[in-house]
This record gives sequence, C-alpha cells and structure tokens, in this order.
Amino acid sequence: MAATTEPVLSIRNLGVAYETSQGPVHAVSDVSFDVGADEVFGIAGESGCGKSTLIRSLLRLLPNNGTMTAERCTYKGRDLMAMSDEAFRSTIQWQEISLVPQSAMASFNPVYRVGDQIIESMRAHRRMGRAEAWERAAGLFDVVGLQADLLRNYPHEFSGGMRQRAMIAMALSLDPGLIIMDEPTTGLDVLVQERILRRIREIRAEIHSAIILITHDIAVIAEMSDRIAIMYGGEIMELAPSVDLFENPHHPYTLGLENAFPSIRNVGKDLISIPGSPPTLVGPVESCPFEPRCPFRIDGCAAANPAVVDVGDGHQVRCLQTGDVARMRTLAREKSTWRS
Amino acid sequence: MAILELERLSRHFEVRPGFVDRVVRRKPSSYIKAVEALNLTVGHNEILGIAGESGCGKSTTCTMVAGLLAPTGGDIRYKGDSVLDLKGAGLMEYRRRVQMIFQDPYESLNPRFRISEIVAEGPTALSLWDGDEIDERVNAMLNAVGLPHHKYADRYPHELSGGERQRVGIASALVMEPEMVIADEPLSMLDVSIRAGILDLFKDMQSQRHFSAIYVSHDLSILGNVADRLMVMYLGQAMEIGPALEVIRNPKHPYTRALIGAVPVPDPRTRRAIPNIRGDISKPIDPPPGCRFAPRCPHADASCGERFMELDTADPHLHQAACHKLDVINDG
Repeated sequence: MAATTEPVLSIRNLGVAYETSQGPVHAVSDVSFDVGADEVFGIAGESGCGKSTLIRSLLRLLPNNGTMTAERCTYKGRDLMAMSDEAFRSTIQWQEISLVPQSAMASFNPVYRVGDQIIESMRAHRRMGRAEAWERAAGLFDVVGLQADLLRNYPHEFSGGMRQRAMIAMALSLDPGLIIMDEPTTGLDVLVQERILRRIREIRAEIHSAIILITHDIAVIAEMSDRIAIMYGGEIMELAPSVDLFENPHHPYTLGLENAFPSIRNVGKDLISIPGSPPTLVGPVESCPFEPRCPFRIDGCAAANPAVVDVGDGHQVRCLQTGDVARMRTLAREKSTWRS
Repeated sequence: MAILELERLSRHFEVRPGFVDRVVRRKPSSYIKAVEALNLTVGHNEILGIAGESGCGKSTTCTMVAGLLAPTGGDIRYKGDSVLDLKGAGLMEYRRRVQMIFQDPYESLNPRFRISEIVAEGPTALSLWDGDEIDERVNAMLNAVGLPHHKYADRYPHELSGGERQRVGIASALVMEPEMVIADEPLSMLDVSIRAGILDLFKDMQSQRHFSAIYVSHDLSILGNVADRLMVMYLGQAMEIGPALEVIRNPKHPYTRALIGAVPVPDPRTRRAIPNIRGDISKPIDPPPGCRFAPRCPHADASCGERFMELDTADPHLHQAACHKLDVINDG
C-alpha cells in the first residue's frame, strides 16, 4: 500500500471478534492499510460491514465482549498493540487520535456549556490552565466557523450543524495526528452537510492531521478522500486512490455499489440493487463474504476467502477474478446480471 | 381531472408562552407556520415528489393529506370533493384509498404481529372482504412485493432485514387498493445496495396498479429517479415545481439552485461550485409575509420580504418558481 510519506497509522491483519451466545462474531477480519500524514482516508461500507467496530478497536472503545487482534498496529512508529490501556489513554487517546462521533446531537452533555466540555477534554489530557484552554477553544471555534461567544451556550442552543462543527473543534483541540470522523454529516441537511465538508477541506491545510473518514455515503467519500477502502462483511474488498477506484473498479461489490448509488448529475440513470443481504459473520471466515450475493462467483469463492491481489498503483482487490475485470464491468451494467 | 388538490393549505402550530408570561405580561401566542398557503395538484397516475430540508413542511403536508392532522387553513379536495368534513363511511373510504408508507421500517411494524397479521390488519379493521378472501389477498400481496408468503407469512418483523420490512410496509399499504399513496422517505433508513430494489418495487407497483403518489424525500437524486413532477419546499412555502428532471437539470429558484448545488457527486473528478446562499435555516415562527427564503437569498431586496408568489400547480408540464427576481437572476 503506497502511502507517500511515512504512514501515521499502519495496520496489518487487524481483526475484531465479539463473543456472543451464538459463538464468536468476526466483525472485522484481516484488515490492512496505512494512512499517510496529510491524507484523508475514506472507509465506505453499509451497516454491519465492520467500519464502526474497526475504529472503536483503534480507539480501544470496544465493549467488553470484543477482542482485537493484529499483526501490526502502529501509530507514528509506536506499537499500539504492546501499549497498556493506561499508557494508551495518557499518550494516544484524544491527544494523538481523536474522534468525531456519528451523532453530535447525543455527544454533548446537555447540562454543561459547550465551551466547558471542550476545555474539560483538553485539560483531562494535557496540563493546561482554564484561561489558556478557553482561549484555545475560542481559536478552534474560529477555525470551524463558529463565533467564539457561542462557547458559553448550552448544546440545545446549537443547531445540528453547529453541534457537529463544535464536535470537530473538540476533536482538533489537542492537535492530534489523526482524526477519525465517523459519519460526520449523516442526518444533516444537504446545505449544512455541504458547509461542514467544505470546512473540513479548508482546515486540512492548516491542521496537518490525517483524517479517516467513515461513511456509507459514496458521494461524500468520493468528494473528500484521497484514497478509499470499500468494506463488506468485516473485510476490505477494494482499496485504491479515489479517482482510480471510480475509473477502474475491480471488485464485484464495488461495481454493484456504483450501480446502486444515484447521482444528481445523472438523475435519469436506472438504479440496480444488489440482491440478498449482508452476512451475519457468525463463525469462522471460510469464504468470500460477498460470495452469496455475487453474480460473478466461481467455485473457488466459497472454498476459501480470497487473498488480496495488488493490481498496480496501490490498488488492492480481494477477489479471485481480477483477471476478468473487463468482462465483469460490462456485465455489471446490465440489470439482468444482478437478478438473484 | 386531478385526483388530489390542495388549495392554499396551511398548518400553523400555536406556541403558547409560559404561564407567567401569558397571565402577568399578557404575552400573545406565537405561531409556527409549518405549511403556508400551499397549492398542489396531483394528477391521476402521477408520482409527485416533494423535496426539502428538515422543517420545510413536507411531512406536515403528508400527514394532513393522510387525514392524520387537521389543517388550520385551506382545503384538501379528493376527486373534486373536500375531505375536511368527511364522516362515517365517506371517511372510511378516504382512509382506505389514501395509504401511507412510512420512513422507518424498524419502528412502523408491530413487533408482536406476524407478517401476515400486519398486512391483514387494515382490510380486517375495515371489513373489506371476508376472512378467506383477506388471507388470499394478503398472500398474493406478499408474493407481489417479493416476499413469498409460504416463507414469510408466519414470521415476525425482527426476523426480517430492513429491506424486507420496508416491503412489508409497502404490502400493507397496497393491500388496501389505494388510489393515492403517500411515501414519506421510504428509503432513508435502508442501505444503499438495497435501496434501488425497493425503489424498483415501488415503481413497478405504481405502473401495475396505477395509483397516484406523493413521494417525499430530502434526496434529490432519488426524487429525480422516481418522480414525474417535483416540488421544492422551504420553511412551509413551495419554492419551485415542474417536471422532475427539468427542475433538477435546470433549477430556476435561487433556493433550488443552492440545494442541488450542495448535493455531493459520487465521482472524485467533479468539482462543485460553492452554493450561493447565506446564513442558516431558521424556524418559521411568526415569519414575515413575504418569501421565507429572502433572508438567505443573494438576490433578495426589500420587496421580497413583503410579498410571496403562490404557484399555480394545475398544469403538470409547467415549470415555475416562486420568485419575483427570476429575470434579474437569469440575466446575471
């Protein structure tokens, strides 16, 4: 995987399993990627694909029945797997890797002023006086396009878009090397979303943080990311530079998603859905998770989980049929191909 | 003749001040004008899309048409007759013929009912047919929405995926043999890969059963795909209406232009211009009489705050925008 400079985050064979009454659920399996220093790395996938579990495991926020394993998981060369929870919390969490959670509505405590909550997180992780922290928070509000006097307001006085911007300010507060944004604009109106995405693009140049952007919205991820990973059934199915992914999609799931996603620039287009529903991930991973829904499956697909194939220029695909991609692309445009 | 006509339909919600303000300070109530003087005509066999952001009044309009909320002004006419004073058998008939498909398939199905019971609930409540015929029609309906009855009829909602549940929602609406279907964001809770399937089902059912429909969504790219005609609303007022593809490809109103310009494009090679709009959306509490978009509009002047243009929606081919400044905007 070609990150241009030394990666901020480097992951190899990361897996997360949840222990349940029906046996272990492999929510994430064999995930490997690097995130470069100034990069926006997008992870796209539908509900249950493991994208939220993946970031929770990176931040050590998994519930008690979840276990993370990885061959390698390093942040700026530091081995996160060898780090105790104590050390992780005092040196990495929030200071180096911060999170913009999915629901900013629910992420602020309604009975504290927004400013107090932002400086609380700063002062919990770094020695800093109240006045200094407040001043810093005011500067951050300016960066995300909110007036500094709003710091004195309570969360209910903020609109959804303002809360999301305040959340981004909070995530920026300690100059983290990596910000993870989990569906940062889901549930917001399109004009509000547009403004927040534009602000994120604008501050990229100023903050020098890498960003992992997680969303189910293919259009948002296409506009924002330098590279994109498509997840399905807990695994990365395809990973490529954004333009390359859209110009040269290889994986049948990616082809299916492109058919299914409407575009405002092409509103007359006939949308084609992928038949079937996502796997439950109970039990060991022994086949390609997309195999039951894949119109291009062959005998080998169910026999073993395909290995990742590099098709050039940092473009990776987890599929047995990468050699046959031209035929698949042609067939994938036909609605009849996707009948179950 | 049109199947549904809304004439200057309004819904205001009273916001009463607190006890002390009301009694001691004599503060009057304020009003949230959720829908204001809305004219709308839906033709036979037409799918009319309503687009807009939260608070634009699209859901309030739907609930009024479905008879779940009384308007505070204006009229709703169904096949030429007002439905506001319907009682007894007339009301039952209207409720049968106007059906809703709800947004959230996880919340809108009774978890204690089997799928067949959920779909049979409406016809049973209105005693539309005898028991055997209801069973027959329910089974046929389940088959028609892609849920073979021998496999699904005895299951409970929790055993179904989101897409399957939404199919149940569609089946329970269509088993009533509606002439008008109101779909309020039926796809927004579903995953991308299955949305197209539900959309296809909706369109197939519409072309087979020839019902008219109001399809509400915030997603303009979906509306462009499903709707014949599209109306754009902002804070309770209709801003633009016209043939759906025409409105999306050549939006006239400054608000529609901003809205469409803000939709992300699923292609990393495209660059979008910054939408030309100021400030944030407000709430329609005691709004001034004019265009409610005026405070955010880059082209607005003083006159915009004073008068509002009501649209004539009877001609399905007409593309109009509720804006006095269109000449200025299109020249500039």
